[in-house]
Amino acid sequence: MIVADRKPVEEIIEEVKDHDKILILGCNECVTVCEAGGKKEVAVLASVLRMHFLNQGQTVRIDERTLQRQCDHEYLEEVRDIIDQYNAVVSLACGVGVQFMAEKYHATPVYPGVNTVFMGVTEERGLWTERCQGCGECILARTGGICPISRCAKRVLNGPCGGSTKGSCEIHKDVVCAWQLIVERLKALDRFDDYEKLSALKDWSTDRAGGPRKVVREDLQDESKDT
Amino acid sequence: MRLQYPSNIQIILVPCTGKVDVIHMLHAFEKGADGVYVVGCMEGDCHFNSGNLRARKRVEQVRKILDTINIGGERVQMYNLSSSEGLRFTQFAIEMNERILKLGPNPIKRAADKAA
Repeated sequence: MIVADRKPVEEIIEEVKDHDKILILGCNECVTVCEAGGKKEVAVLASVLRMHFLNQGQTVRIDERTLQRQCDHEYLEEVRDIIDQYNAVVSLACGVGVQFMAEKYHATPVYPGVNTVFMGVTEERGLWTERCQGCGECILARTGGICPISRCAKRVLNGPCGGSTKGSCEIHKDVVCAWQLIVERLKALDRFDDYEKLSALKDWSTDRAGGPRKVVREDLQDESKDT
Repeated sequence: MRLQYPSNIQIILVPCTGKVDVIHMLHAFEKGADGVYVVGCMEGDCHFNSGNLRARKRVEQVRKILDTINIGGERVQMYNLSSSEGLRFTQFAIEMNERILKLGPNPIKRAADKAA
């Protein structure tokens, strides 16, 4: 899932201080799971903002709404009939949702309510860690299911590097060396011979180096739109 | 024991302090409560293992939020006691009541009255 972290309340207050009709818009997917932008976080932020503005002597209307997703047209359409009631939206979705919301409703400023951080997993409640950087060409089959792109600080494809010490990365002792994990996993899978096979240069054009990316699936696209 | 505690305290029963969320405390302040305190079991004695520990963290979160928006973090407090400690219960009530009386009314309430 996409992992996000809460923005400081002060920063959000600064974003919306000049508006008097504000919609706090949550998302029911990833940001709900990482407890940054779901229905509960929407309620907390709305309550905090209401109290702040009241305390400042400002009359500000702050409403709450949480959509199933903010990265799909059909869910964003659910606020079309109410969007004109507001002069600002604070979206607690990931950066994707904030942008799609802003693309769809040009006349209403949309402000981010969270910092989108990475694609990762819930190791335990309150601890999320990175697992994927969306490089566009998955190499997990060769690396025993452990990604050196997202988990190695240097993104080394034939590791470990000289900075690996007792299983830790040189950037911090708490950061596990991804290549140590890969070696151990390949041994456990009885595939250690694969470790000797050198990876060729990676085509980074499928990563951010190639600019903004898109996935086109003509087999899924609606043909009636072309005619 | 027939112990007395300040009559302006409204008790809200919950099955465990772990049930008390940040939003519950914030809503209390939004609705005009001058202070909120959560009384849980002794740490380490939670029937559900970590309910009172979660409550403590949530109270801390609310404290930070109230400080941020200038309502006063000291208006919220976590206390712990065991179920047989009626005397401590009244002591907590008196202590919190005195603290809130010193702080004065919730500024939100005053602001809302002004706006009305």
